[in-house]
Amino acid sequence: MKDLWIYDFTSLTAAIESWLESTFPPFWAVTFEMVIIGLAFLLFYALTGLILVYAERRICAFMQNRLGPNRVGPWGVFQTIADFIKLLMKELVRIKEADKFLFNLAPFIVIIASFMAIAAIPFAKGLHAIDFNIGIFYIMAVSAMGVVGILLAGWSSNNKYSLIGAIRSGAQIVSYELSVGLALLSVVIFSGTLQLSEIVESQADAWWIFKGHIPAIIAFVVFLIAATAETNRGPFDLAEAESELTAGYHTEYSGIKFAFFFLAEYMNMFIVASIAVTVFLGGWMPLHFWGFESFNHIMDFIPPVIWYLGKTAFVIFLMMWFKWTFPRLRIDQLLTLEWKYLLPINLVNTVIIAFLTMMKWHF
Amino acid sequence: MNGFINYIKEIIQGVTTLLKGMSVTGKYFVTSSKTIVTQKYPENRKDLVMYDRFKGEVIMPHTDNNKHYCTGCGICEINCPNGSIEIIARTEEVDGKKKKVIDKHIYHLSMCTMCGLCVKTCPSDALAFGQAFEHAVFDRKQLTKILNKPGSVLTKEIKE
Amino acid sequence: MEEITKPLTGLEKEEEYFINMGPQHPSTHGVLRLVVSLQGEIVKHLDPHLGYIHRGIEKMCEKDTYAQIIHLTDRLDYLSAHMNNEAICLIVEDVLEVEVPERVKYIRTIMAELQRLNSHQLWWACMGMDLGALTTFFYGLRDREHILDIFEETCGGRLLLSYNTPGGVMYDLHPNFQQKVKDFIKYFRKKLPEYDRLLTGNVIFQNRTKGIGILSKEDAINYGITGPSGRGSGFSCDIRKKYPYSAYPYVKFNEILREEGDSLSRYKVRIDEMWESMNIIEQLIDNIPEGPHTAKMKPVLKLPAGEYFQRVETSRGELGVYIISDGAKTPYRVKFRSPNMCNLSVLDHISRGAKIADLVAIGASFDFVIPDIDR
Repeated sequence: MKDLWIYDFTSLTAAIESWLESTFPPFWAVTFEMVIIGLAFLLFYALTGLILVYAERRICAFMQNRLGPNRVGPWGVFQTIADFIKLLMKELVRIKEADKFLFNLAPFIVIIASFMAIAAIPFAKGLHAIDFNIGIFYIMAVSAMGVVGILLAGWSSNNKYSLIGAIRSGAQIVSYELSVGLALLSVVIFSGTLQLSEIVESQADAWWIFKGHIPAIIAFVVFLIAATAETNRGPFDLAEAESELTAGYHTEYSGIKFAFFFLAEYMNMFIVASIAVTVFLGGWMPLHFWGFESFNHIMDFIPPVIWYLGKTAFVIFLMMWFKWTFPRLRIDQLLTLEWKYLLPINLVNTVIIAFLTMMKWHF
Repeated sequence: MNGFINYIKEIIQGVTTLLKGMSVTGKYFVTSSKTIVTQKYPENRKDLVMYDRFKGEVIMPHTDNNKHYCTGCGICEINCPNGSIEIIARTEEVDGKKKKVIDKHIYHLSMCTMCGLCVKTCPSDALAFGQAFEHAVFDRKQLTKILNKPGSVLTKEIKE
Repeated sequence: MEEITKPLTGLEKEEEYFINMGPQHPSTHGVLRLVVSLQGEIVKHLDPHLGYIHRGIEKMCEKDTYAQIIHLTDRLDYLSAHMNNEAICLIVEDVLEVEVPERVKYIRTIMAELQRLNSHQLWWACMGMDLGALTTFFYGLRDREHILDIFEETCGGRLLLSYNTPGGVMYDLHPNFQQKVKDFIKYFRKKLPEYDRLLTGNVIFQNRTKGIGILSKEDAINYGITGPSGRGSGFSCDIRKKYPYSAYPYVKFNEILREEGDSLSRYKVRIDEMWESMNIIEQLIDNIPEGPHTAKMKPVLKLPAGEYFQRVETSRGELGVYIISDGAKTPYRVKFRSPNMCNLSVLDHISRGAKIADLVAIGASFDFVIPDIDR
């Protein structure tokens, strides 16, 4: 690859690992390493959740000609913390006939699924928890676990509205996973590898959305639509539509368990945005264009973590924009969209991309 | 072949309408600092001016010498549709003759529907609409008001 | 469709699945309880349960004089407050043969058209919100604020006006009225195409309302569906054209009719009515004649014994007022033919076979205001 003026985090992580191994016996070294990583991720998770909730309220307020939270703290930045404290202090309503074990387990499953997915995403060169050689496959497998949590929540609430909402949501997520997988497959064909760090490295001369021209743009748009449907957001939020069926699968949850569902939705949005950014928009790679060496060197001055967070923020903004502009789709229209429109387009696109890669007709 | 072309046309048309809709909200997002229409309510109380005819509550305007125009005739009580006004009058000796004079003009703000009939039908124009609108109280008894201030008397001047 | 809607027997009847929509529900626009019987996602049968906001308005009218009834009619269909007031005033003036000044007629018509615009703006705001496009709520209300400011300056109230009285109007127009109305029309003519861009042309919205809740013209006439809901099925029922009153004989405007009878055509009828209202106001606003703002009336109004009827076109349909008088200063009986109640009666008929999500779209396109149903 070209000469990248980018700080390599592998040296830092290797240094920490060697310090741990030299100080503690091997078992404890591995345990402490996992604890440190777990705590770091928990902190990141909580912070990102807080920031995203605040950002959504502000963005939607600006689109609606009003101010949004502006009293709690300067520009309302502590609003989410106040909401969180309120949710913590709420009574946990016990449902009489509900299946207690499943009822309590469901929010945790949803959170665990999103945690596991975020572990594989590279934040900067060398800064990721796991670097599987089947990275994309792992992420898709793990984020599919979230649907189990939703179905359990709907079933164990002993409430017919929750059941309707959960089943709808289950059907929706399972259908749209196909489109997500196929759209990601397009970049896998282009770059020839499933490993996420390799995919990011392969975008050092330009991002795949530019290198793959039209088919990559189509794949990106399809991925964005399917990812919005995967996370039950935006025009696909039938499962939790307030104006139709109270609150869907999380009607019966209150207090901290509701906070988990709420947080998990925003974190899922962050995760699909990160996947889109890593695969299509270059991950932590700055904006390079083939051959413009001086431009590329100027772009390298901005640290990769900032690039990554900025791009993710842009994709998240797009998803929020969708939600606040469009009306909702009905459940059969949702499934029609997937099976009759997105899937055929995806399949044709994949064949075209395979052909292009074979003939090397991409940049 | 026709079906295929229709399919593609449908997709392109659909996406165009979606982008048009996004342009409307996007425009408001970008120009948000100029297009915000909400007011920061409790902080802007000082420069909040209501319109002249705003129907906040019924008041009895008094002159600077603590005089009002109410003669105690009771026409407002007759015209009020739901009994929000109670007139308590007493007789007084004025110039040797017994005259009816207003003792208490009781106004139930909790029942008033702001129809305006009392203001309109008062023959001496004694009542008017005030512009205060923050009437929320913790104790319902505070919503029963006596409109003529203590110690005020009927003015002998003619209202212009 | 037939297999779904025939009555259930035996085991199927025991497994019938009921949902309650309401009385507290974000989409029913008031306290309306709909008991919906479902099979899966499809509606088989619908029962509205009314009476949650019954206040006895017709009974209260029996003890009030004609000038006092005005404040009660405000609270029927509060989004057509002005037209409701006008109905009572027209009966009284007709029977007592009072000639209202021309200025009063112009003022009443301009206020009625502003009220119609106001009501349709709120309807658009709520329709978008019910279908999931939450920003439309704010845009509709933002534009409605201008009209409410105009009302507040002249009448003193924003929603509940009590501006009409038998014989005229309560106050003369505020000096700023004409200029503000003209500014508003210029402003709103630029905003209304935005509404189309945001919602009407949107492919998701069209899929949710096209072909949903089809009301045929025969059904509209049989059930008595008037107003924009009836005109969306081709039933020509505009009282402003058929039995004109106030200043409507002096203006030229089109009656909007559409043939399809589905939710989208009812939607488009209302949007086009907003354009027509602006045309009517523009024709009248510059030509308001000078004169007194009320005719001379006796202090106590007594209608001679008999039965009287008057109809006006409110934003939702035809309001009929029927008064039986026995010569006293209060009526013997007042009956309101409320447009919303007749519109609600057809909801069961047209929503059989639709899905729950469609029920919300149909209810939004009919534009119910529940206090008018219960009175």
